[in-house]
Amino acid sequence: MRGVFDIVGPIMIGPSSSHTAGAARLGLLAGKILGEPVAKAEILLHGSFARTYRGHGTDKALIGGLMGFSPEDERIRDALEIAQERGLDFSFAPVDLGDAHPNTAVFVLTGQNGRKITVGGASIGGGNIEVRNIDSFQIALTGQYPSLIVVHTDKPGVIREISDVLAKHHVNIAFMRVFRRNRGQQAMMIIETDEELTEDIIQDCRSTGVIENAFAVPAI
Amino acid sequence: MVNFNSIKELIELAKEKNTTVGKITMEYELENSFDSREHMLKSMQDNWQVMQESIQRGVVNKDKSLSGLTGGDAIKLYAHKDDSYTGRTVMTVAASAVGVSEVNAVMGRIVACPTAGSCGIVPAAIKTAAEKNHNTEEEIIEALFTAAGIGLVIEANASIAGAYGGCQAECGTAAGMAAAAMVQLAGGTPDQVGTAVALAIKNLLGLACDPVAGLVEVPCVKRNGFVAVHSMVAADMALAGVESVIPVDEVIDAMDRIGRSLPRAVKETAEGGLATTQTGRKISERVFGK
Repeated sequence: MRGVFDIVGPIMIGPSSSHTAGAARLGLLAGKILGEPVAKAEILLHGSFARTYRGHGTDKALIGGLMGFSPEDERIRDALEIAQERGLDFSFAPVDLGDAHPNTAVFVLTGQNGRKITVGGASIGGGNIEVRNIDSFQIALTGQYPSLIVVHTDKPGVIREISDVLAKHHVNIAFMRVFRRNRGQQAMMIIETDEELTEDIIQDCRSTGVIENAFAVPAI
Repeated sequence: MVNFNSIKELIELAKEKNTTVGKITMEYELENSFDSREHMLKSMQDNWQVMQESIQRGVVNKDKSLSGLTGGDAIKLYAHKDDSYTGRTVMTVAASAVGVSEVNAVMGRIVACPTAGSCGIVPAAIKTAAEKNHNTEEEIIEALFTAAGIGLVIEANASIAGAYGGCQAECGTAAGMAAAAMVQLAGGTPDQVGTAVALAIKNLLGLACDPVAGLVEVPCVKRNGFVAVHSMVAADMALAGVESVIPVDEVIDAMDRIGRSLPRAVKETAEGGLATTQTGRKISERVFGK
């Protein structure tokens, strides 16, 4: 069974847990994955998100989330105006992603320091979300746990090196998945943990010398 | 270990330990969440705070929703309470529930309970009952755990999502939760809690989820008011000693089976029922274009 606060809760801005609260969390997680303030956001909306976003305030929630507003932040109602004041360049366009989840959004983001990333995810009900793509990697990330994302080459021993770092810092792995484009090519490791991931841990991961990059995404 | 997979097990645990359904649910949550008691209680107090704020804002709300379909009805109901047929208590619970649901529709802050579409029912029921009984804040928090315990079992054995089970899954579950909380606030027994849940849900079995234009507004906002009243009647029946012929867990099983067999058109798709009436279609075209 789930927890008491899945039933009485969450505290959220209405009107819809999937189209508003989930959309805000999706924006929030996409922004955290970018890892820096968003300068430009092109958002593609699929399915029910594309058809009904105006009536549910989905657009406001997605942009509010990208600016770091939580699903209970009353500024969501005015998120589009706030984004304009902050100079955040945003746009929405419908897209047909075939049989993707009906509440899917794809964020094409550019950060204020120039970082670019494409994040795709779905609002899967009750305010719960799942990020399903980062750039062209097919992944799964819920934002319920602090997460370590590692980009590396698909070869033996990398997972052990990274899990050694986590063990040394007494971080427990709750869930872990590895994704690769093709055997021996670029791969992505997603590790959801019970403890927060500090900058020390990220630096130690980078110091192993066996990875391209590592970054932490906090729980949202 | 505190564990329960049915309302019967939850009630038996409460009886065995000579305590309430709410207290058992608290123990369950503590064991399963690795949370501290203080933090868990604080989280529920925060929920209650937001619930009260949403009622206060709701019963004076004059804002309209983004679609313009809802907003401004709770204030009318609240003003009418002393002239009403149903009486002050019933009108207050109805106005409060409609008010919270309006706050949700105008992008205000609410507590999903169990969902955003059904967010007015439990807060309105608990606030109205607590005012009548002069319950303490501690009793109110315990009643919220009672409601949550009922919701947990329904979520595990049926569904709380309109997309899976129709509106019976959302407003039906909320009615069961609200009735259970009201019985506990009046000092009812664990058995009476279970009876109230059974009665509340039985009378909402098969309810369609057919919102106009797919928005959480028509019929949802006013339905929250009706269902809050409905749950109050269920609580009163249980407290008066009325029993349910069909035991509560069998009622939840019926709800699950009915939910599965309901056509997709009335499970939050906006492809049937009120959504596809002549007026419903016109509204949809006006809000979203053809």
